[in-house]
Amino acid sequence: MTLIGWAQIALVLGIALALAVPVGKWAAALAQGRLGPIAGLDRAVLRVAGVDPSRGQGWQAYLVAMLAFNAAGFVLLYLILRLQGVLPLNPQGFDGVPPFLAFNTAISFVTNTNWQAYSGEAAMSHFSQMAGLTVQNFLSAGTGIALAFAVMRAFAAGGVQQLGNFWADLTRVTLWLLLPIAIVAGFAFIAMGVPQTLEASVTATTLSGAEQIIPLGPVGFQLAIKHLGTNGGGFFGVNSLHPFEGPTALATSLQIILQTVIPFGLCLTFGRIVGDMRQGRALLFVMAGFILVATLAIYAAESSGNPIHQAAGVGSMLGNMEGKDVRFGQALAALFSATTTGASCGAVNAMLDSFTPLGGMVPLFLIQLGEIVPGGVGSGLYGMLIFALLSVFVAGLMVGRTPEYLGKKVQAREVKLAMLAVLVLPAVILGLASIALVIPMGVASLQDAGPHGLSEMLYAYTSAAGNNGSAFGGLTADTPWLDTTLGLAMMLGRFAYLIPVLAIAGSLAAKPRAPEGPGTLPTHGPLFIGLLAGVILILGGLQYLPALALGPIAEHFAMLAGTTF
Amino acid sequence: MLRPLLTLLLGSTLLLGVAAPLAVTAIAGRVMPEQAGGSLVQRGGRIYGSSLIGQDFEGNEWFHPRPSATSAVPYDATSSAASQLGPTSAALLATITERLEGQRDVPADAVTASGSGLDPHISPENARAQVRRVATARNMPAPRVLALVEQNTENRELGLLGEPRVNVLRLNLALDAAR
Repeated sequence: MTLIGWAQIALVLGIALALAVPVGKWAAALAQGRLGPIAGLDRAVLRVAGVDPSRGQGWQAYLVAMLAFNAAGFVLLYLILRLQGVLPLNPQGFDGVPPFLAFNTAISFVTNTNWQAYSGEAAMSHFSQMAGLTVQNFLSAGTGIALAFAVMRAFAAGGVQQLGNFWADLTRVTLWLLLPIAIVAGFAFIAMGVPQTLEASVTATTLSGAEQIIPLGPVGFQLAIKHLGTNGGGFFGVNSLHPFEGPTALATSLQIILQTVIPFGLCLTFGRIVGDMRQGRALLFVMAGFILVATLAIYAAESSGNPIHQAAGVGSMLGNMEGKDVRFGQALAALFSATTTGASCGAVNAMLDSFTPLGGMVPLFLIQLGEIVPGGVGSGLYGMLIFALLSVFVAGLMVGRTPEYLGKKVQAREVKLAMLAVLVLPAVILGLASIALVIPMGVASLQDAGPHGLSEMLYAYTSAAGNNGSAFGGLTADTPWLDTTLGLAMMLGRFAYLIPVLAIAGSLAAKPRAPEGPGTLPTHGPLFIGLLAGVILILGGLQYLPALALGPIAEHFAMLAGTTF
Repeated sequence: MLRPLLTLLLGSTLLLGVAAPLAVTAIAGRVMPEQAGGSLVQRGGRIYGSSLIGQDFEGNEWFHPRPSATSAVPYDATSSAASQLGPTSAALLATITERLEGQRDVPADAVTASGSGLDPHISPENARAQVRRVATARNMPAPRVLALVEQNTENRELGLLGEPRVNVLRLNLALDAAR
């Protein structure tokens, strides 16, 4: 670890937090329908779509609209992938994507996971990338933020049935928040060296006389929304490590900022909508705190390197360089890895599979916490609010009072639904991973022996259920068994989670907002911040400890003892 | 519900999936054709490669890039890939031990495979460690080769971000030009 490394981390994280302020403010304006100069344009667009933004939907109607839209998006994407061989803009002449892989990929992009069991430059036509994958990058992100708006309104209002209009929320978020930032960031990436062309490839004759075919494509624009929407699905196989997808340290820094700015910003949006900025800042503080500690841990583990390799003669100065490129450095690789897994993005600028055991455990654990620090766009905020409800409930148990959050009484129904939501993830992750680790169809996919093999499988199901999409890449993911079960994990992790969340929102919206009394636990001070962080660690993380002990922790001690597998 | 659903899904496919990327492509092709076209390195009508994509160099007269894990051949740009081997992998240790050739305290980037398989850079320490070999093979004074390494060392961006690094293709081109 170096001082200049810490300065890099402080600068990039600082810019992301600073930009979260205007982004959060604009998102609040969109949620409240205050569109200022573009109000006329907005009305016109909604009229074409036949949407009346003033007609609110109850939680069931909001949910049904969201599910129908996502189902239709899945079908369209599946068809585009299957038919890419006969669709236009296919200069590489790729065939249609095979059925299992197309199923897995379509679910993956619709659920904002962007798990990739294929390598982009060897499987996807330009049309599939643009009109298929990029579109779902926008829409899955828009869906997440729309849902967060609905949940925020439930806390703000008292005694109402309606949570807003899904179609209006989705349209506004996509057109007036995601698209403008994606266009600006897209041009910035292109200026830094990311290609944006419809050419398939260029053939070079290298200096030493060999032929090198260099694939190109419309990468820049897709790259921007891939990070801004915390999607993470790379144009190329090695994602943001590819020199065309992460050409410079500046580009990787911009990616870190893009993938955190909306999750951070939505905390402040929440503060504005409930009319108490301190509430939003408290959530933001917890999120940023987890990211900072996680970055520290990864940076420490990776920059001290691998003692087994160092004993063989590898110098210790650069740290662990297997699976990393030179241009980013250990500090930005650590910050990127913490934010991409904390924020449910899943892009990578360093190969997590080759991290030291503890360096690789931190990203894994950040996903297992439930993708809430800071979590995906929208999904991070509503996940965090579920933990806030559980925190006031735990505090209420300790002092024997009816818990309340922002003046809303938290009762048996809400707590049951909240527990249902937070149990989805461990049930799916630990359940499916343990099956895959004993049946031959699962075990056949493992690359590494010993505890690292267990980490690879655990990571795959964690990443899918957490809708993250990053991978311990040694695993052979494109098999019928993994395509199917990981597809199910992604679906459950997204939809089985958010149905109870919307039900809670519906029930909270109907309750009156009581004024603060002398016995109310303040939910913005250091006491609550500490409590919330503790509840996240214990309720969100504790159940994974046995699995982590068998995987990365066992491997860490094996590494210290010089054992290889 | 059907009308907003279909309008929004098809409308966004046309706007976000076709119109916007094509417009960005057209503008970028006008305003910054070099970057948009892959930052190609061309001399006298020949495309030597891209300054962003590493390429393989063998033989003592060249500076060597990092080990690459792309399959079939190293630095195959059509299939970017890392080794994906874990920290306690016996296969990885064997590969690294072989690359070390018995030397000690070798810069880590010289014996580990890059994440992209296409890393265009090496660390300045790695480049300096190769100076003597290249100078001998080319019959050039070592200080002259070292000076070329220094000239081709790129600093941190904005003086802060990333790490100092040497672009192997550019350095080898400079080496050829100095002959």
